[in-house]
Amino acid sequence: MIKGIPFEHIMIFSTLLFFIGVYGFLTRKNLITILISIELILNAVNINFVAVNVYLYPEALEGHFFALFIIAIAAAEAAVAIAIFINLYRNIRSINIEKVNEMKN
Amino acid sequence: METSLNYTIWILILPFAAFVLNGLLSKRLPNQVASAISIISILIAAALSYYLAFVYFTDIGKAAETFMAIKAFDQTWLRFTESLQIKIGFLVDPISIMMLIVVTTVSSLVFIYSIGYMKGEKGYNRFFAFLSLFSFSMMGLVVATNLFQMYIFWELVGVSSFLLIGYYYDKPSAVSASKKAFIVTRFADLGFLLGILLLSYYGNSFDFLEISSDNGAAVSQMGGITFMGMSVLSWALLLVFTGGAGKSAMFPLHIWLPDAMEGPTPVSALIHAATMVVAGVYLVARMFTVYSFGAPDVLEIVAIIGAFSALFAAVIACTQFDIKRVLAFSTMSQIGYMMMALGVSGYAAEGLGFTASMFHLFTHAFFKALLFLGAGAIIHSVHTNDIREMGGLRKYLPISHITFLIACLAISGIPPFAGFFSKDEILAAAQMHGMIYFGVGYLVAGLTAFYMFRLYFMVFWNKNQPAESKVHESPSVMTIPLIILALGSIFAGFVPFGNLITTNGQVLETEFHVSLAAATVGIALVGIVVSYLFYAKPSDRPERIAKSLGGFYRTVYQKFYFDEIYLFITQRIIFGIFSAFIAWFDRNIVDGTINAIGWLTAWISSRIKGLQSGQVQQYAYVFLGGVLIIGLVFFYYWMR
Repeated sequence: MIKGIPFEHIMIFSTLLFFIGVYGFLTRKNLITILISIELILNAVNINFVAVNVYLYPEALEGHFFALFIIAIAAAEAAVAIAIFINLYRNIRSINIEKVNEMKN
Repeated sequence: METSLNYTIWILILPFAAFVLNGLLSKRLPNQVASAISIISILIAAALSYYLAFVYFTDIGKAAETFMAIKAFDQTWLRFTESLQIKIGFLVDPISIMMLIVVTTVSSLVFIYSIGYMKGEKGYNRFFAFLSLFSFSMMGLVVATNLFQMYIFWELVGVSSFLLIGYYYDKPSAVSASKKAFIVTRFADLGFLLGILLLSYYGNSFDFLEISSDNGAAVSQMGGITFMGMSVLSWALLLVFTGGAGKSAMFPLHIWLPDAMEGPTPVSALIHAATMVVAGVYLVARMFTVYSFGAPDVLEIVAIIGAFSALFAAVIACTQFDIKRVLAFSTMSQIGYMMMALGVSGYAAEGLGFTASMFHLFTHAFFKALLFLGAGAIIHSVHTNDIREMGGLRKYLPISHITFLIACLAISGIPPFAGFFSKDEILAAAQMHGMIYFGVGYLVAGLTAFYMFRLYFMVFWNKNQPAESKVHESPSVMTIPLIILALGSIFAGFVPFGNLITTNGQVLETEFHVSLAAATVGIALVGIVVSYLFYAKPSDRPERIAKSLGGFYRTVYQKFYFDEIYLFITQRIIFGIFSAFIAWFDRNIVDGTINAIGWLTAWISSRIKGLQSGQVQQYAYVFLGGVLIIGLVFFYYWMR
């Protein structure tokens, strides 16, 4: 439909993007990289929403709306997360996730 | 009731206000101010009571030749349902007025006396605060319009007696005595409470006037319901009497009374003369109509217990050497008299016992307060309670001597002193009911004269004090109350009680039985003469008699080992067997279960707490693993 790109390709792309995000989330130690990985996951979902909407229910708009909402919320989430990281850095001079275990005890 | 009786509330409020003021400000107020607050409040209450008595007996009380019961006010205090309401009120009838007079008079004199007696004691202000509370509770008790109000003030009397008996709280014996008094009376009050609940459940009312109206019709249907061979009404009244017996130190529950002597002497005077112990007699008198019509069988029990207690205590009193303990047992004996008189009494024209009992309560208050205050003055002067260490005090304490003698004559029933008239009426009532009661009463009259004069001779005659003795008379603030009470002990007997206080409010014709009077005076004189022979001069006769009685004397001296029996029952049987088992069960089974649960939780969490590494990515791995497993499970089931 979109210039002849088959649905399967889009699905494969979003799946790859999702698991790249998951992999980054699990392996990176830098909190900002982890945040970027989360954004990858969210965007993989967004692509799925939009693609499914366009290919399966072309007359509906809910998928688009969902994608827009997710983008807005992701932006807010990123702002909060970065504020937390800054405070964290001020306190422990590091944004390495393995150092962030103060609440364990 | 045209005349407003609203002022009567001040009789209750003033002592209570004195208690609150003295209690809250006890650290700040100077001693004189504290005692002045208590004394002025009780004096005003006394004046109001006298005024009330005057108005009642001359004007508002009488209607159709009968003294009516009037409610000065009756305020709903707690409202649970339409039918279950608890009121606080002020009942005005002959016996409540008589009690108000007794309580306020004796309290006033005791308060004044305490200025001298308690001078320089630690906690002087606290003492006056508690005294005010004690008087307040007793007055609230006597004017109660319903059983529940009475119960509330009944417990307040118990609490304030606990506080006052344990006044010297740094003395272990005083602490244990106050605990004993409280626990024993509280145990008896359980019976009282059960009785109230039974009565109100079947009678649908707490109100004294409703319960006893129409000769107890409201509760008479309870007579039809029986439980273990006795009607429920009888059970209820028996339980109520149990409470009264506890407070009045009747036979099986008397053990707290001698120990209550650990309190300061003015407190003993107050407990024994005006408040506390007569509460039980008053309770039975207040419910007398119901007793008389609903359960004559219980009244018989009251008479038996009263008579037995009178004899029992009189026998013990003959052997004791502590001046206050002798007086304590004499109180128990006299209260037994009053109970017996109530028990043998009938209604209306046969109501002599009731009148006699109230009469004796009235006169007894004067001479017993006098005896205790006199004993206090003696103890204050010689600093010992043991009558063997006294002797020959008549030269040193002239006022105490004369007043004490008057009180002894009054309690022994020598005319024209107060005790003669009331005791004579009691014996007449007992004679009408049954010769056994009369016999016991007659014997007790002789014993009373004997042990009172034993006390008198050993304290004031017998051997002489050493010449260098510095014993001197107490200050006038202590002797003046003695003199006033002595006047009361002389003249209280001339109050025409038959015209004022009777079972149904109508005038009761009392006859004077010359032969009976002569017989009682005779046995009293015998008692006095015997004690004169034994104790007026130092001699070994009492020793020899005691020796010849041997084991019996020792048993009596140890108060028939009742304390030991109670100790055996509580320590060995209850604590040793039941409580030990229950304690074991509690420690091992109940606590053990709880501890096991706690231990198990702690153990499990200590094992698994390693999983909480604090590493977010580890959690994410676990989460992902979980999602994968769930996904695989779903996938597997969908594919089928």
